Amino acid sequence: MTPVAGEVLEVAGLSAWYGEARVLDDVDLRVAPGEVVTLVGRNGAGKTTLLRSVMGLHRQVRGTVTWAGQDLGKMSADRRAKSGIGWVPDDRGIYATLSVQENLLLPPVTSKADAWSLEQVYEQFPVLHERRDFPGTKLSGGEQQMLAIARVLRTGSRLLLLDEPSEGLAPVIVQQIGDIIRQIKDQGISVLLVEQNVKFASTVADRHYLLAQGRVVESLDNDSFQSRTSELLEYLGM
Amino acid sequence: MTAFIQYTLQGLALGGFYALAALGLAVIFGVLGVVNFSHGACFMLGAVGAAVLLDSTGLGFWWALPIMTIAMFLFGVLMERLLVQWLLRLDPLYNFLLTFGLTLLLVDVVKRKYGVSGLPYPLPAGLQGRFTMGSVSLSTYQVFAAVFSIVVCLAVWLVLTKTRVGMIVRASTEDAERSRALGINVSRWVTPVFGFGIALAGLAGVLRAPTGSVNADMGSFFIIILFAVVVIGGLGSILGAVVAGFLVGLVEAYGQGYAGRFSQVFIFMLMALVVLVRPSGLFGREEAAS
Repeated sequence: MTPVAGEVLEVAGLSAWYGEARVLDDVDLRVAPGEVVTLVGRNGAGKTTLLRSVMGLHRQVRGTVTWAGQDLGKMSADRRAKSGIGWVPDDRGIYATLSVQENLLLPPVTSKADAWSLEQVYEQFPVLHERRDFPGTKLSGGEQQMLAIARVLRTGSRLLLLDEPSEGLAPVIVQQIGDIIRQIKDQGISVLLVEQNVKFASTVADRHYLLAQGRVVESLDNDSFQSRTSELLEYLGM
Repeated sequence: MTAFIQYTLQGLALGGFYALAALGLAVIFGVLGVVNFSHGACFMLGAVGAAVLLDSTGLGFWWALPIMTIAMFLFGVLMERLLVQWLLRLDPLYNFLLTFGLTLLLVDVVKRKYGVSGLPYPLPAGLQGRFTMGSVSLSTYQVFAAVFSIVVCLAVWLVLTKTRVGMIVRASTEDAERSRALGINVSRWVTPVFGFGIALAGLAGVLRAPTGSVNADMGSFFIIILFAVVVIGGLGSILGAVVAGFLVGLVEAYGQGYAGRFSQVFIFMLMALVVLVRPSGLFGREEAAS
């Protein structure tokens, strides 16, 4: 239940394109073992592309991504997932044709020692147990978010990529998701979190990267992030 | 009433062919993202293969059923390994062109070798008579074909819903990229799924052989109806393929029964209606996610 020393995510000189358009420009970032790091930035700043590049879903990239001492290079997305990276996409990625339980059981367990059992998941999220036989997309938005996070916890992933988990959810649900992230951190799991909700980000994260037009413009620890909240809100246009 | 029951059964038999073939089309599209235009030709190959098997070796329908299904599975595997896989990373249009070209090639090869007039195929032993129940009299083979295809659809359905492999195929049919990001090696399933889809088309072809003329062009009409089935059911929906397959079979049979040669008009009217009311098909998902 403690962070494992070598489990570092290191992104170096990462650039990404969509056709001719460059969406990431020479990005460096690092997530230390057990650390919660957010990427903050406006829409279109390249946050989601960064997560997708780490996951191996966006392939028009240059630069290196290293995870737990392994150069991910040309590694396929499924092998990256098996190396312990858990992806929670911005649309939550719940399968409509799979039941809630099947959604949980689909991804293969990657680390037996860290994987949550189905019982553990259901104990933590009773609503998923109640609705286990429902089609996944019949859940509410908040429940789908819980399901998407529970799904990667069940595999024993050691690094979670969360893409705007608070988006569009009621404040009480956002609070619940914050609790879950803190609990994940206590388990020694690292989190790279994309957020536009600055207040929420400051309640869960250790450090923050500010992304603008595909570049990291600032790297802040949580204290200076909190003291500059209003400035950052303005910067983000919120 | 008698006529109605008769048409219903005819419709189910006809629908069975469509459902089996559309099921194959749906899983191939889902997992590979390929619209297999050669599906009709593979259906034709199943039927022609059965006729050739009978002619050259004397092996009849009951042998043709397993042999041609396996042969078409292997044909599908070969087709995917040799041709389809190289185009998967490119625009979907390339595989559309490839499979369309393959259709022309297969049809002409069969025409050249076996002529255009069609090969005879007898009703299988044991299923030649008529099946009489009260005032309703049905061809035994039609009853068999309807029941058989429903059983095969159910079996496929069970595999898809009750096994881990089925779960992976369903998930990858819904969203292959997402399944990869969750640690599923989708590529491993691409070849068997393609072979499986082609095998279902071949099986439908064998099943169709005893009911009419076996000839090189039988797939060309079939594929047109098949695309109507897919549009009605929703492209990429497994349940939609089966339900729409039987629905179209019934519509065609009632049309034939009550409106004579206008029967196929009703299929396309149904298709137009579905597209008007639910553009993504009866079971298709709305493309509103992004």
